[in-house]
Amino acid sequence: MAELPRTAEPARARLSPRKKQRISRGIQYAVLIAALVGFVFYADWPSLAQNFAKPDVAAHALPDLFTIALRNTIIYTVGGFVLSAVFGLLLALMRLSTVRPYRWISAIYIEIFRGLPALLIFLMITFLPLALPGFEVPFGTYGQGILGLGLVGAAYQAEIFRAGLQAVPRGQIEAARSLGMSAARSQVTVVIPQAIRIVIPPTTNQFVALLKDSSLVLFLGVSGQYVELAKFGNDLASQYANATPIMVAGITYLIVTIPLGYLAGRLEKLKGTGR
Amino acid sequence: MTHAIEIKDLHKHFGANKVLVGIDMLVEPGQVVCVIGPSGSGKSTLLRCVNLLEEPTKGHVHVEGIEVTDPDVDIDAVRRRIGMVFQQFNLFPHMTALQNVMIAQQRVLKRSKRDAEVVARENLEKVGVGDKCDSFPAQLSGGQQQRVAIARALAMNPDLMLFDEPTSALDPELVGDVLAVMRKLAEEGMTMLVVTHEMGFAREVADRVVFMDGGVIVEDGPPSQVIGDPQHERTRSFLARVLHPEGG
Repeated sequence: MAELPRTAEPARARLSPRKKQRISRGIQYAVLIAALVGFVFYADWPSLAQNFAKPDVAAHALPDLFTIALRNTIIYTVGGFVLSAVFGLLLALMRLSTVRPYRWISAIYIEIFRGLPALLIFLMITFLPLALPGFEVPFGTYGQGILGLGLVGAAYQAEIFRAGLQAVPRGQIEAARSLGMSAARSQVTVVIPQAIRIVIPPTTNQFVALLKDSSLVLFLGVSGQYVELAKFGNDLASQYANATPIMVAGITYLIVTIPLGYLAGRLEKLKGTGR
Repeated sequence: MTHAIEIKDLHKHFGANKVLVGIDMLVEPGQVVCVIGPSGSGKSTLLRCVNLLEEPTKGHVHVEGIEVTDPDVDIDAVRRRIGMVFQQFNLFPHMTALQNVMIAQQRVLKRSKRDAEVVARENLEKVGVGDKCDSFPAQLSGGQQQRVAIARALAMNPDLMLFDEPTSALDPELVGDVLAVMRKLAEEGMTMLVVTHEMGFAREVADRVVFMDGGVIVEDGPPSQVIGDPQHERTRSFLARVLHPEGG
């Protein structure tokens, strides 16, 4: 073997990459510790506790926090979710239709409702009776909230369904058709069962998004029996001039959203293992 | 006697790409016909026109005397009589091997669950995967999957079978199992139209070999002639490349 020419000790560069990395990591830890120490020493703990975690104010939130606020959040979310799933499926099928105008209508709807802030949709809904005299959204405030969430959610859900249906390989339909199944039968027996598996994880994420967006019901001017978590927290916070109820509402959201997010992750992994 | 397959002046264009330009072909009941040719020669498209997975641009295709290219024909009813085996197997991944073979019997032929299961087990046994009934496709090797796919087609009691490069997606050591099943089918008298690159299979099993190139049939005859003593230069150069890929 030919010997490599030795040029001025290349391995002895001033700082080896590994050394550099070690120093960089040391600096990052130092910054973190300094920030923590600063926070612990300089934060006004009594004042923070007084404003954000006052036990007696938190106690006032019970039991309405669960019996009214969380209950309503779930009603708005589940209602909006069901509406968005039904409407979203219709939009997805239109998007994949062989009839061109259906594709256009669906595409336009999806672009508009994904492009607008959900808040704007809710504000529009409050003006519906003005725009259409005599028109009233059924089921009152519940209906309005569910309509708003359903209209926005349908646009996203339609895209999830479309992607799911398109993700089933073309060869699956060909195999079904070559066995003599009709087009509709192939969809029901072969495509849709596979699409459902693909669609479940993103749909779970979409449900979490709707749950958070249900806070926009606040802008419908709801009160009393109809308030959901955000409005409930905000009202109590004003009443006691204290932020604790908002913290409490936030924690209540997390109690629901974090397990759901975890579930979506699990489902995603499950899908990866086939079947 | 009606022909199993009768193809008259078949054309298929994909936009400006003319894949088939005037194919005429007959397959008699009980015959095994292998279609060979370079990739892009239109072999698979020809096969897919027979059960109308591709809509021909022009021309007529008759299967068992029924014109499949007639717009008024019940294509689902015709497809029931034509088994098809794909290069990529196309098993239904959400069903077990047994369910794969049962589902169309139940939904299309309206057989009872019990009857469908009996037929399914029989056919899975026949292709040598009788012990894999409860496995999902993802748990099977390519060779096993392709044999399940053959069983799935056979369970419909087809009059003829189409094979679209059935061994091209398989690891070399798994090709033999699938070819053995096809050989057995041929011996039982099944009418088969096979697109393949397996020259050994074509030579031994086929009654006729059809060589296609550029969307036309260049040569059509018994394997001893088309493979053993090709008359056309294009056939000769194709065979030279396939049989001696190292350029020897």
